[in-house]
Amino acid sequence: MADSFASVVQLAADIRSGATTAAAVLEQHLARIDQREGEIHAFNLVLQDSARAAAARIDADIAAGKDCGPLAGVPIALKDNMCTRGVPTTCSSKILEGWKPPYDATVVTRLHQAGAVIVGKTNMDEFAMGSSTENSAFGPTRNPLDTSRVPGGSSGGSAAAVAAGFAAASLGSDTGGSIRQPAALCGVVGVKPTYGVVSRQGLVAFASSLDQIGPFSNNVADAALLLEVIAGHDPLDSTSIPQPAPQLQASLTQGVKGMRIGRVTDMPQGCEPEVLARLDAAFAALESAGATIVDVALPSLEFGLTAYYLIAPAEASSNLARYDGVRYGNRVGAADINAMYGATRSAGFGDEVKRRIMLGTYALSAGYYDAYYGKALKVRRLIADDFAKAYASCDVILTPTSPTVAFPIGAKSNDPLTMYLCDVFTIPTNLAGHAAMSVPFGTGAHSLPVGVQILAPSLGEVPMFRVAAELERAS
Amino acid sequence: MASDPKVQITPEVVAKVARLARLNLTPEELVRTTEQLSGMLEHFHDIDQLDLSHVSPMPQPFPLKNILREDVVAPCLDRQEVLDSAPAAEDGRFRVPPTIGFDV
Repeated sequence: MADSFASVVQLAADIRSGATTAAAVLEQHLARIDQREGEIHAFNLVLQDSARAAAARIDADIAAGKDCGPLAGVPIALKDNMCTRGVPTTCSSKILEGWKPPYDATVVTRLHQAGAVIVGKTNMDEFAMGSSTENSAFGPTRNPLDTSRVPGGSSGGSAAAVAAGFAAASLGSDTGGSIRQPAALCGVVGVKPTYGVVSRQGLVAFASSLDQIGPFSNNVADAALLLEVIAGHDPLDSTSIPQPAPQLQASLTQGVKGMRIGRVTDMPQGCEPEVLARLDAAFAALESAGATIVDVALPSLEFGLTAYYLIAPAEASSNLARYDGVRYGNRVGAADINAMYGATRSAGFGDEVKRRIMLGTYALSAGYYDAYYGKALKVRRLIADDFAKAYASCDVILTPTSPTVAFPIGAKSNDPLTMYLCDVFTIPTNLAGHAAMSVPFGTGAHSLPVGVQILAPSLGEVPMFRVAAELERAS
Repeated sequence: MASDPKVQITPEVVAKVARLARLNLTPEELVRTTEQLSGMLEHFHDIDQLDLSHVSPMPQPFPLKNILREDVVAPCLDRQEVLDSAPAAEDGRFRVPPTIGFDV
């Protein structure tokens, strides 16, 4: 499926050795964009000019014998909520249309330092609020594998860009599943690192205690390389873990012999049978590769959805207060400042963003704080405690990434609660601050890809990638 | 204070929350938002069945602590570059509509 495209690892090696050039690789990707972007709409902005200039620079440096870094000449796409200096960063919202950040996000700086060529800014649910990329002010992204269906969300543009071969890899952000769920629905690999492993500096904040940047790629080794490049301590993010990036390459060939894989005994209902069948097949593959399957209970898992949809909107209502028509983007003029705030925010935000700001403001408001936000924070603790107990008897836990394969565009857009249920398996990781990733593992209904999710404890990236590599070998 | 969490969310409450959030809702949006918030909050009462009396809240994945650094001047954002992306600027500052002299 998606792995018919050359890998990041291979492209970087070929460009470095002179077997091909950064310019030639970029043109292949731009040609695919020309061909299919019209129907898919993965990008808010394609940066062909600056990408061509960057590729030419890399080729000149390589010809001059310079070391251009582990991603030299590799075309990478960025979700449009990562700040790029002088380049519009919209979060797919009208309220930020035309805004040009005055600095690069730390991940962007690290990609540049590693020699990556940034091909464009990808479409997303507005301010990352959604599970289908239908909540973009600039129109939905379509799933490259079936354009009548959604790519998942909120990083749907980044997932689609990789699945369609528009970029060799991409970055997304994951607050409640926004990397893993679109990765599953588009048949690519998607990683949500441990909270604090990748700097959030320059990532436009949605819910600061949950947001984390991570890679999309066509294979597990590429994801490992990307993560090694973008991870590691950043003094500009006060929640950044003060240690170097995890070293993941060795884990890819270690196998899973002796590992303990958790199987959740009290799984939330509502999964498609084909999705559950693929999960069973994943357990069987790991068992035959020498792992032991261990039953674990996560009784509070089912309450994660409620905790998340109170905590994330509460944090969002606070974070999005900054869009007031004063410092960034659009302003709707009015006679006084309060009228200007209201007019600007009402015209600039879409329905889902307004809904979550309202929900969050309500959950935090006097008289309701204890009943909603305060309670949700306690449920968050229960979930983290459940995980801690489970990880006493296993190294990683396997679940489906999404209860369903990619659904038709429009199927869930009128019912917010049904849309929220897409995230039931991905949300608990963010609440706990743990690592998780989605790996494609065969197909389900309508021959669409199914993703298996590997959950790991904090800083459990190494065992997580061991299992991911094994599942890739078995699929 | 409204201590009963099951209190029916009314259009009046929604209108108040919209004012707090600096959002102007049309009458139609007010009706729709009231319905949608009611539906969600009803679902969210599933956590009422949990005994949380001895559970401590968890606002962050890891406890936050203050981080200090040497007080050394480092490059900061370019003022003109920042102001260039603002809706209105004047004399090196953000320009805003009147902030005093009217009813808040």
